Amino acid sequence: MTERILIKMQHVDKFFGTFQALKDINLEVSKGERVVVCGPSGSGKSTMIRCINRLEKHNAGQIIIDGKELTDQVADINAVRREVGMVFQSFNLFPHMTILKNLMLAQRLVRKIPKAQAQATAMEYLERVKIPEQADKYPIQLSGGQQQRVAIARALCMKPEIILFDEPTSALDPEMINEVLEVMTDLARDGMTMICVTHEMGFARSVADRVIFMDAGEIVEEAPPEAFFKAPKNERTKKFLSQILTH
Amino acid sequence: MTFDVSLIVDALPKMLVGIGLTFQLLVLSAILGLILAIGLMLMRISGKWYLSWPAQVYIYVFRGTPILVQIFIVYYGFPQLGFIRDGVLWPLFRDPFGCAIVALTLNTGAYVSEILRGGVLGVDRGILEAGSALGLSVRQKFIYLTTPIAARLALPAYGNDIISLLKSTALASTITLADMTGIARTLVAQTYAPYEIFISLAIVYMILTWILQKSLGRVERYLGRYMQK
Repeated sequence: MTERILIKMQHVDKFFGTFQALKDINLEVSKGERVVVCGPSGSGKSTMIRCINRLEKHNAGQIIIDGKELTDQVADINAVRREVGMVFQSFNLFPHMTILKNLMLAQRLVRKIPKAQAQATAMEYLERVKIPEQADKYPIQLSGGQQQRVAIARALCMKPEIILFDEPTSALDPEMINEVLEVMTDLARDGMTMICVTHEMGFARSVADRVIFMDAGEIVEEAPPEAFFKAPKNERTKKFLSQILTH
Repeated sequence: MTFDVSLIVDALPKMLVGIGLTFQLLVLSAILGLILAIGLMLMRISGKWYLSWPAQVYIYVFRGTPILVQIFIVYYGFPQLGFIRDGVLWPLFRDPFGCAIVALTLNTGAYVSEILRGGVLGVDRGILEAGSALGLSVRQKFIYLTTPIAARLALPAYGNDIISLLKSTALASTITLADMTGIARTLVAQTYAPYEIFISLAIVYMILTWILQKSLGRVERYLGRYMQK
């Protein structure tokens, strides 16, 4: 079977005013692939994945998600967003809804799924992230790690083709990082296509098919984790790895 | 100086007759003002200059002039305009109660629209991004995410405006309405005892404010229920 290409970015540029955040980004991600993106802060990692579901508009080049090109057409954007889940650094749960309602809202409004079925799906994914007992609580009553697991479950409820993770563990206390990484590893094992911006190099080593290093808005290096960590080719990659792997 | 308690005992029940009118002025102009405010606020945040600009001018005019002057313009000024006298709204402007409601509504609408705008702008951008990422439309995000969160954020300032509106209703007495203040003024003219009568009037307003405060506190706790750990 030939691999289906879900994400295709071609010569993508992105500017914030006069600052060029992305420079000629070319990236292809096939179904089932797990890609980890790392790089210093301000290197454009988050901007790149935010362009994939059009939370940011790119200024030049093409982005094609599962055959649909991202343009200004609202219907197209919403169609793409249904297939692309996203998990944010700061969780971004809906504070005024219970956990269960957080998981049901988009299923009901976007997928038009009947209430009972949406609820069943929500509970199924809460089981999966191991916090079904929190269903009736409000987000603020949960720990950071629990909130992030809810955010992952919320994305999964939409049955997306791809999940984007934007530094999902960066806002967490150290003791909560593992519970989130475990859920993510679990997802990766199930064959979910994912792009993950993270500095968790252990996670990158154990689950990634490919590691991408970005610096100053460019993809500097791209390699399977073995090669990436053992024998980085680019000087900037070497410098970055030496900085984050020394302790 | 003497302080005649019996005068107060006499005057209080008479003033309380006007409480119904005070209450009508408050409730009607609060509701109509809120509707107006929502419209103005939506115009203001629409991002379209031809909607936002008129709303800004409106808000500037009504916050920039004394409410007493606004009441006088509506009550004394409008009837001089031929198209108002001939228009379908004439019964409204012929009646001092109608004029008071119009002026209070127009005034509070300007203030409340800015309060609501503050609430809407206070909604965390990340929450709306999460909504977008899940595929919610602009309208769905506004209804299910922005509105409930903005309502909670705006409520303390909104409550403040309602309390202020209660006091503004007293100005209706200047255009012949017999609300509590109107009755008090008549009583003062009859008894020459401004001290006792106005003090008791003040106390009645304070009691009403206390009731408003308590009810608003309740609504605040309800809207903020999800913020308690």
